[in-house]
Amino acid sequence: MSKRTIQLEVLRYRPEQDKEPVFQTYTVPCEEEWVVLDALNYVKDEIDRTLSFRWSCHMFVCGSCGYKIDGEPKLGCKAFLRDYGDHIRVEPLDNFPIERDLVVVLDDFMEKLQSVKPYLIPKEEKPVSAGEYLQTPAQLKAFKQYSMCINCMLCYSVCPQYALAPEFIGPAALALAHRYNMDSRDVGRKAREDMVAAHEGVWECSFVGACSQVCPKDVDPAGAIQQAKFTSAIDYVTSLVGIGGK
Amino acid sequence: MHVINADIVIVGAGGAGLRAAIAVAEADPSLSIALISKVYPMRSHTCAAEGGAAGVVKNNDTLDYHFNDTVSGGDWLTDQDAVELFVNEITKELFQMEHWGCPWSREGSGHVAVRPFGGMKIMRTWYAADKTGFHMLHTLFQTSLKYPSIKRFDEYYTTDLMVEDGACHGCTAIEMRTGEMRLFRGKAVIVCTGGAGKIFPFTTNGAIKTGDGMAMAYRAGVPLKDMEFVQYHPTGLPGSGILLTEGCRGEGGYLLNKDNYRYLQDYDLGPATPTPVLKSMELGPRDRLSQAFWQESKKGRTVQGKWGDVVWLDMRHLGEKLINERLPLVRDLSISYVAADPVTDLVPVRPVVHYMMGGIHTDINAATPIAGLYSAGECACVSINGANRLGSNSLGELLVFGARAGRYAVEHAKASKPVSREALVEAQAADAEDRIKSLFKRSGGTERVATLRREMNMSMEDGCGIYRDEKSLRDTVNVIADVRARYRAVSLEDKSSVYNTDLYQTLELGAMIECAETVVHSALHRTESRGAHQRLDHVERDDINFLKHSMAYYNPNGDPRIDYHEVVITKSQPAARVYGAAAGGQAA
Repeated sequence: MSKRTIQLEVLRYRPEQDKEPVFQTYTVPCEEEWVVLDALNYVKDEIDRTLSFRWSCHMFVCGSCGYKIDGEPKLGCKAFLRDYGDHIRVEPLDNFPIERDLVVVLDDFMEKLQSVKPYLIPKEEKPVSAGEYLQTPAQLKAFKQYSMCINCMLCYSVCPQYALAPEFIGPAALALAHRYNMDSRDVGRKAREDMVAAHEGVWECSFVGACSQVCPKDVDPAGAIQQAKFTSAIDYVTSLVGIGGK
Repeated sequence: MHVINADIVIVGAGGAGLRAAIAVAEADPSLSIALISKVYPMRSHTCAAEGGAAGVVKNNDTLDYHFNDTVSGGDWLTDQDAVELFVNEITKELFQMEHWGCPWSREGSGHVAVRPFGGMKIMRTWYAADKTGFHMLHTLFQTSLKYPSIKRFDEYYTTDLMVEDGACHGCTAIEMRTGEMRLFRGKAVIVCTGGAGKIFPFTTNGAIKTGDGMAMAYRAGVPLKDMEFVQYHPTGLPGSGILLTEGCRGEGGYLLNKDNYRYLQDYDLGPATPTPVLKSMELGPRDRLSQAFWQESKKGRTVQGKWGDVVWLDMRHLGEKLINERLPLVRDLSISYVAADPVTDLVPVRPVVHYMMGGIHTDINAATPIAGLYSAGECACVSINGANRLGSNSLGELLVFGARAGRYAVEHAKASKPVSREALVEAQAADAEDRIKSLFKRSGGTERVATLRREMNMSMEDGCGIYRDEKSLRDTVNVIADVRARYRAVSLEDKSSVYNTDLYQTLELGAMIECAETVVHSALHRTESRGAHQRLDHVERDDINFLKHSMAYYNPNGDPRIDYHEVVITKSQPAARVYGAAAGGQAA
């Protein structure tokens, strides 16, 4: 009763043999509880050893298995077959060069992530022996949402600005900068401003909001970017009238 | 072959590897670090740890309590000098994580909050909702970006350690993007590659947990210690094996059998009180809870499901607010994967392979018997976990011993002399490359990776699971030997260079077979029951013959050689493990 057969159409690209990406369709017998990632693994194990894709945790937290599934970016482990028809198309995420099959090149993102100084910059270093920095649940809540990003790249794949202007730092990295800026223990906003408020930073965002819609962790990068724009604007105005910010 | 020189080479960029890298960078910024991983750091399986990290921080707690819980939880197979060091250092490490920005959950006062966990006498588990490992991993990764001396090699698959003259001088790794082999030369190497849960069919472990580092060290001559001790986590989702954190029970969830009865009270864990009591019932240790499930199943008191027997995890009385605040991932996973909302429904669960207590033999400085080779995290066995790890000690372990591995590797690197016979190291690297090339040349293979993996998986579960006996273990020994022999007849279907996952899965299968043989042979030789190793034919603990660590040595031509190593006992003499009413635990 529980078996179901689907046609899984996967974009293949093997740079050593394919001039350009081509679709290949596999017939996959599935269990009703499966996710698209399970169907891909069936192909890998039983049909075609040459198919390559990234995956690991199978529980929405490692961020490895972002693919475009029937035209929408999804985590393969969170795309349940029950929500799809009997023909499912799987492609690599848009806006990234394809390295091989569903595997995309992440170098650009890894550099951008580092460029926003995504680490705590405290007012003064205190020794570990002095214990924790106090932080109330309300202060934690102010940034917690922005700390949930799993770097799955779904947001970059739908960002119209990143597609047009690849120098744009992009949703996940800007949301992470905002995460640290909003942390009550951190005073690094000025240090991050060079990147965040630069031309390729928050001002590039046209606030389409697609990033927040596809985020599997409800991080809301678009909201983070809007908030960052607001604080950058305040900084700019205060610098003009000479009343110095933080 | 392209050579990359570094002072310290770290293999694995999960929690332990990142912590080690930062420790090296802080100890001496002039030392160059090559941090190699087969995945991007944020994909490492540390991210899947949910519940928390234990460290004494509240006024009602003492280091002795944490020590005693850990030693008795491990059924006295822990090395007590290592445990003492661990409980002394972990709280400092957790504060360090706080200073690096880890978003620990807080009390109203702004101090870090703690939650109860299984087998712990006092509430001492620091947590970040139910994504503690995720937040620790990302905090460590993001913090590591501060240090220019840490150079990452993401998506490089390490194949072999270079050992010459009894010392480790580096490793070989394949750049996955190009398929090209690299020789990483270093004065010290730290292996932080995680566990090997994927040798079992039903596991919380991600795809990457294939024991590569354990197998590498094993082949290089380091014994794998206490490999027969495999932890089953009591609450995995049926089918997928997805973990539901012990925090579910820490917050007050019940385990019910098919009659909606809290069956743990029948296994010396009661009485059943409505609110949680530390070291009792659902807050008993993982080995006891998983064993109780097995007994219930034998009595026909579990629920038959498509994916095997299950019991119910009941969190309905906790309320939506608490579940959303403290267990949001659990709710998301349960609804998505088994269509059960913990707020309103019983959630089906069954024990699932979760953690290897055993691993690469190290001393308390994370040093292996090979000079210059260190190891930390799940792949290592130091041993603070003994025969059964307590929940929330592994995230602590990777911090304390990851940092320690880094610092001792620095000392070693600074004292080391140039390798006298570099040519021999290069020859070893060439051999490693030849082995990969010969895999590509092999054709007409008669065996498939997926088939062999499945046979190994099923046999490990059938013969070497929660309960074992001589016959079941001998059957599994034979299957693993057969799989090992047939593995030589696997040939690659994919002969390409770029991101060839046929190749990496084939190499991973080789590592898993090596790990599996150490598990089953160590289990066969240990004719007693202790912690997570339960023999139906030897039901008692035997301190006279087996209060010692199993040491499995690689034998290229046959079964591993099993030897033993003394357990370090300082202040806690072996006694009965006591849980339930007799443990005198307080209300959680």
